[in-house]
Amino acid sequence: MTTDTTKNTARGVLPLPGRTARITTAAGALATAVTTGLAWTWSNDFPGELTYYGSPAGLQIVTLVGGILTLLLATAGLGLRGLQWLTPGGRNASVLLAALATFAATWFTLIAIAIQLGGLVNLEPGGFLAGLTSLVTLLGALGLPADHTTDQPPTGAWQRFTGALAATPVKRRTRELPAWAEILIIAGAFAAGLSAFTYGIDTDDGAPFVGYLLFMVLAIPALNRAGLIKRLTELTHKHRGPALCAAFLAAASFPFTQDTDQYTIIGANILIFATVALGLNVVVGLAGLLDLGYVAFLGVGAYAAALVSGSAESALGIQFPFWAALLTGAAASLVFGVLIGAPTLRLRGDYLAIVTLGFGEIFRIAMLNLNGTTGPDVTNGAMGIPNIPNLEIFGFNFGEPHDILGIPIATYGNYYLLMILVTAFVVLVFRRAAASRIGRAWIAIREDETAAIAMGINSFRLRLLAFALGAALAGLAGTVHAHVVTTATPEQFQFAGPQPPNSAFLLAAVILGGMGTLSGPLVGAALLFLIPAKLDFLQDYQLLLFGIALVLLMRFRPEGLIPDRRKQLEFHETGQLDVPDQRLPDGDASIGVTKAKA
Amino acid sequence: MTTPTLATSTDTVLEASGVTMRFGGLTAVRGVDLTVGTGEIVGLIGPNGAGKTTFFNCLTGLYVPTEGTVSYQGTRLSRKPHLVTQAGVARTFQNIRLFANMTVLENVLVGRHTRTKEGLWSALLRGPGFKKAERTSEERAMELLEFTGLAAKRDHLARNLPYGEQRKLEIARALASEPGLLLLDEPTAGMNPQETRATEELVFAIRDKGIAVLLIEHDMRFVFNLCDRVAVLVQGEKLVEGTSEVVQADERVIAAYLGEPFEGDPGEAEVSEVEAAEAHAAEAAADPAPADAEDSASTEGGPQ
Repeated sequence: MTTDTTKNTARGVLPLPGRTARITTAAGALATAVTTGLAWTWSNDFPGELTYYGSPAGLQIVTLVGGILTLLLATAGLGLRGLQWLTPGGRNASVLLAALATFAATWFTLIAIAIQLGGLVNLEPGGFLAGLTSLVTLLGALGLPADHTTDQPPTGAWQRFTGALAATPVKRRTRELPAWAEILIIAGAFAAGLSAFTYGIDTDDGAPFVGYLLFMVLAIPALNRAGLIKRLTELTHKHRGPALCAAFLAAASFPFTQDTDQYTIIGANILIFATVALGLNVVVGLAGLLDLGYVAFLGVGAYAAALVSGSAESALGIQFPFWAALLTGAAASLVFGVLIGAPTLRLRGDYLAIVTLGFGEIFRIAMLNLNGTTGPDVTNGAMGIPNIPNLEIFGFNFGEPHDILGIPIATYGNYYLLMILVTAFVVLVFRRAAASRIGRAWIAIREDETAAIAMGINSFRLRLLAFALGAALAGLAGTVHAHVVTTATPEQFQFAGPQPPNSAFLLAAVILGGMGTLSGPLVGAALLFLIPAKLDFLQDYQLLLFGIALVLLMRFRPEGLIPDRRKQLEFHETGQLDVPDQRLPDGDASIGVTKAKA
Repeated sequence: MTTPTLATSTDTVLEASGVTMRFGGLTAVRGVDLTVGTGEIVGLIGPNGAGKTTFFNCLTGLYVPTEGTVSYQGTRLSRKPHLVTQAGVARTFQNIRLFANMTVLENVLVGRHTRTKEGLWSALLRGPGFKKAERTSEERAMELLEFTGLAAKRDHLARNLPYGEQRKLEIARALASEPGLLLLDEPTAGMNPQETRATEELVFAIRDKGIAVLLIEHDMRFVFNLCDRVAVLVQGEKLVEGTSEVVQADERVIAAYLGEPFEGDPGEAEVSEVEAAEAHAAEAAADPAPADAEDSASTEGGPQ
């Protein structure tokens, strides 16, 4: 089988026979997985418990997962029945990427141990062995031929390397699985996603998190190259209901995996951030209105909720029940959205961006000035409204730990679960609005406003609707935000700053994740919140690195991490599904002909 | 193909009277009267810069005419373009303006916007009414795609269609708003003869649906084959209007298409210049080929 493919394809970076390379890779991967059972270091000074025999821990788990993944992908390429389901895409590029991921994570761990503890002495034999086996795996994978055929054989080693990593079109599925098996696969995938996320959020800050990040950055493209992500997307589209349920359950079970509130607060904040980003996605992604002051609507919601929360410092001094506070927050934001939108949405393009930027700042400064000395005392100025009491719904106090299914869920866990419901609601609103007459009109306005008007779309009204809906969704999230952070201060709602809920980060989350998509802003927000939260040792360089990452992403993947099908086609003309793919077989045929002649 | 003259202005669909459009000191359209009857195909020709597209924009409300009125089926048209479409006047654009990153089907569904009422609440609640409306819209859109021959490409992105099909899709999208009058701005621009033929058939088929058509065109053969009446616009003014024979015989039209430059003030002077050009034209060629004439007109067109 392998020899067949090697005939027309470029050989790998290293001159190895295909089968030897594959077996080397598989054996190396297996050995690497086994070495995680050994102790890598003798001291507990390095975070994660890498000192025990027989129990992989900390970064060893990353290496273990990487080893198993590489092993599976490599053996799938050997032509074993059943395992081929795993690699509908390329058989080799995915192995190479997985091997690379394992190698990077393992060697990073070893180097980090050596540097942090001062010298190679600190490595146990198990560590050296892991380094060696992962290197062998990588060398084996480098010997694998490229998946795709090329008319020109690559000349340099680098060309050969990039060629080996190149994507190939995913083959049609050969065998239909029964529905229950497919649903089981979806459930398994979401469980795996949850464990990956939980592992990431639970890793110690610093080196272990960098190792985890390094692995994920390479392992996810490996799954992508294998065609697994595409296959999974197809399955979720096929079983939409079960997939949504699985996603919801996986997300909701996160606090049950946590012993303390240390990381659930990150989870709750991610959800707030993601919900606001999804609201912004209505405005920016669907209707194409660039809103640079969006965080102000979160602020309006938060302040509205704070004022009616019954906080001692609140100027109103009244306490609304939760549902009323939620509606107040959303309604206040909606009113501000319409007030800002009505005069400005008649403008096109950049003007709106400038006006919204101004509105964002005006909101912050107004909140600063409504302090009793420079204005009426409403917001308590820079001090903000502190001591916002915890929510209470039907006697369920969010501030107290509760046992749910025998597992104690503390304050932030409670808020996390509440935010799951809010996020689910916003997801529902986004999905339904996008796939409707209104959503189509928004996209039409984004695409070509003149043509949209000529189709009878009242562009002003629809833009205002998008603006108001986006504002209301942000206000909704803002009410919960106020209770989670327990204070509402003007400084939380800036245009740009190192802490995530600000306009620049929100916009970045939408663009990074993928404009106009549902899961894009969720993923973008999770990354943009988690990475600064876990890498606080970078501190001063955080914004710089963030900027560099954003520039790189926009250069190489302008459609975002999870691209809208439209956007993907827009930015990458070639390899799209829509153009008749006669060229491929034709190309192959002509190659065959020339080969035959030669 | 000969044109059966169905109804020569039995019912007036569109009536434009004294439409004038000035941009600062420039008068792009000057006092143009035009009527389109039910089931009529009316052509609007003229050299580049004659104000044809400006006139179109005045009809559809994209421009608010400086003077004059436009009424559709007896009622004055609103000055808001989206209300004009709602009233029943749909249009296509000279430079194709599709929603490039939406699918073919979605493009046509957007065209259905004015004929559906489902707002945001109904979209969020997804009641039976919403589902029914969506289904009807899709059926209707698919009918139109069948009609224009694009049904097989419903899920393609509009931007990936070949040029001729993009033109067809634009027409399908305009038809989706269930118009009584369709304005086509150069529907065959950039098409090869076969595609032009197909477009001709399509326009006849649209007329047979009972939709009046007003079209701007540069392809003379296409216009004279297709149209019941042709109006000629030169320098913002209507020069002649009548059946193909009348217009083709009119020597001022021949002169205008030969492209004698009109320099200076358009207006009364223009007529005399046309007169002068007439004599010139008589000498120059006995039978000016329309295509060549068009070329020379475009190189020496007046101000836009």
